[in-house]
This record gives sequence, structure tokens and C-alpha cells, in this order.
Amino acid sequence: MSADLAFALRGVSTSLGRFALHDVSFALPTGYVMGLIGANGAGKTTTIRSLLGMYPISSGEIELLGHPVPGPVALREDVGVVLDHTFLVGDWRLTEVERALRPFYRRWDRTRYRDLLDEFGLHQRARVKELSRGMAMKLMIAVALSHHARLLVFDEPTSGLDPVARDELVGIVGDFLIDEGHSVLFSTHITSDLERIGDYVTLIHGGRIVRTGTKDEILDGYRIVRGGPDDLTDLAGIELIGARRTPAGVQALVDTEDAGLLGDRVMVEAPTLEEIAVHVGAPARHRPRSLPPTTSGSIA
Amino acid sequence: MVRVVLSNSSGVPLYQQVKEQIGAGILSGELPDGSALPSVRALARDLRISIITTTRAYAELSAEGFIATVPGKGAFVLPLNTALVREQLLRQAEEGLLTALDAARLAGVGRDELVAMLDGLIEADRTDTEPGRATSGTPR
Repeated sequence: MSADLAFALRGVSTSLGRFALHDVSFALPTGYVMGLIGANGAGKTTTIRSLLGMYPISSGEIELLGHPVPGPVALREDVGVVLDHTFLVGDWRLTEVERALRPFYRRWDRTRYRDLLDEFGLHQRARVKELSRGMAMKLMIAVALSHHARLLVFDEPTSGLDPVARDELVGIVGDFLIDEGHSVLFSTHITSDLERIGDYVTLIHGGRIVRTGTKDEILDGYRIVRGGPDDLTDLAGIELIGARRTPAGVQALVDTEDAGLLGDRVMVEAPTLEEIAVHVGAPARHRPRSLPPTTSGSIA
Repeated sequence: MVRVVLSNSSGVPLYQQVKEQIGAGILSGELPDGSALPSVRALARDLRISIITTTRAYAELSAEGFIATVPGKGAFVLPLNTALVREQLLRQAEEGLLTALDAARLAGVGRDELVAMLDGLIEADRTDTEPGRATSGTPR
């Protein structure tokens, strides 16, 4: 167990359900933000649920804030979870939300809850069901911060949020991270928010970790390559990740180490996180090159 | 006040932009010796960039002697003479002395004579710059 890690998964596999995990290992140092990036169905939610002890694992080990998972009940107080739906009862007013949740937390801070509602522009008399998506998320964050969570875990926080609310979320995360003991994990398929504030990135695809590291390590590790229709056809030993062929040309992601072997007919550029996510998550990843060109991975 | 304006399209990495702009503020005197800089985390929040990016900018400014970071307290601007500037001046002084050495060797001037010459110059320089001892119109 390490106090320097917010959490760690080591060789975690699950066998339940459609989104099984296979030998998943990654860790987040305390004090930083990590984005867990993957397409829908890649295993992001299963990973988060396993980390939180909400899902049984068949092998491997999980460490959360210095404790094994499943761990002491008190550990829950240190983790604030913001899922893509609220578990709160729709008819509750925000004052009743507090009354219902407070008994579960020893460190519940009433003043902080009131202050946060004010700060986030949430009325105490409002009912949960009247809140927009952005407001519901802010309520969940207010709850997490009111019990002094040290790790915030968001599952798809930015999907369904308008740009203003997303920007507000980035600001709230920044405020939270002023404390060096605080860490944030969020899963997402929208990478633009992460491009700037993310410290670490983990790419997941098909229940396996494709790559994990600092954002710069991930960005430096790949190159995007574009060429004409006849380019990149005979490349023994070089994996074209998520290659997309159209009559106009070909685009693929390659390992940076392979980029030098591609010749000078193709254009090689540094990718954005978005491009990495698109190619890593492309279903066409293992499709044989001899199939007729299609723009997606569907085997017609 | 620190002024950092980041460009998303300049092609210059964000850490580099932060580093250059704070460095420029220090060199221009806008951020004088002792000025408090925001903590890494506060600056990351305010610029909406990652903590690792901000840490890297501060680490490089610190390695080059522009700033010092105090864990838990933030960072502040160091006096310029302990910074890169001083290092550059030292290098210049060394180069000047090497030039003098080369000339002295060619002229067959020995160590003692050279040291005496340097002492004389230092003495003359001091008399020149200390107003009490300097008599006006005295040729050097």
C-alpha cells in the first residue's frame, strides 16, 4: 500500500457481464487528475465500479487511498462519486438531500454544503427532479465536497453537459486540486476537456488497458499518419491502429517508434488526444487490410 | 501580478509558454526580487492547464535560478544576480580573463606581473567608484 497513490489496480480481471476486464493495471499518484478514455463499451464504467468495490473482481488487487478494496466502510467517506445519473430521490428538496445523507458521514460539514449550493447557484428549496444535468452534477459534487472526499470519481461527467457547464466543471476540479492531497479520476469519451487539465491519461479498449501514463507520454507515444489511397499497404511489422481507408486516402495511428519507418510519401504528425481516442477505439482495429475500403469498421 | 496569456494555436508547448512569460516578467523587472508567484496548483487552476504542465514550467524556472519554490508556500522571484544573469556575467568575466591570459602569454608576462596588474586595476576601479577617495580630474 502506498500513500503516494490515490488508487492502483493491479492485474484486475472481471468475468461478469458483457464488459469484462482483462488484466487491467494502472495507478494515479495522489494530487493529480486522470482521464480514463475509451469508446462506449470499452470497460470504463466496469473499471470505475470495480475500483469503488461495487463490482466483484475475479483476480488481481485494488488499492484505494491506501486501503485494499473492498476495504473499511469509512473509506467511502474519502471518496466522492459522481455517476452519470443521480441516485437521489426526485421529490427531495436540496435541504432534504442533506438531511438524508448527513447520517452516513461522520465528517459532514453543514456550512460547507450551504456555501457550495450558493456558490454553484443551487437553491436550497429546489427539488432534485427540477435540476438540469449540469445542476444535478454540481449537487453531487457539493455532496462529495461536504463530506470532505479526497478522491473525486466522475463517470462520464461531461457527456450531456453544455459547454458552459463543462467549463464550470473544469473550474470546480481546479479548485478541488488546490489541496495536494486531493485527486480526480474521470472517465470520458470527450477528450477536449482533458487535453488541457488532465495530468494522466489511461486508454482502455475492449476491457484492456491500451496505454497509461502522463498526458505528454501518451501524446508523444503516437503519431498520426496520412497518405494517398495506395500508401501504407505493405508494412510488415508495423501496426496501423484504427486504419481508416477511403477512396481518397488512408489515415491511421502508429507507435512513434514506427513512424520513422513509413517513408517520406506519407504525412506524419503529432496527434491530438481526440485522434488517439478515435483510432484506439475504432472497431476496425484488427480488420484485415484486404477488405474493401469502408469508412467504419462494420464488416458489411 | 503574474501575467500569463496562453495561446492554443502557437505550436509552443503550454509549459514553455508559461515559463517564457514568467521569465520575461522577471527580466523586465515587472516581477521584482521577492515577488510572490501563485502556487503551482493555483496557477494550474487559474490557467486551466494541468498541474504537471505548471510544475514543469516552475521546475525549469527554478533550475535556471529565476525562482525558488517552497513546498506548501508557493514560489517567489529570486534576485536577478543569483539567476541566469549572474551565471552569464561570470562566464563573460572568465572569457575576459582568458583573453588577457592569451595576450599575457604572447607578451611573456608572468603570473606575478599579471596578478599585480589585476590588483592595480581593481584598486584603480575602486578609487574611481568610491566618491570619497576619488579626486576629480585624476587621470587613471
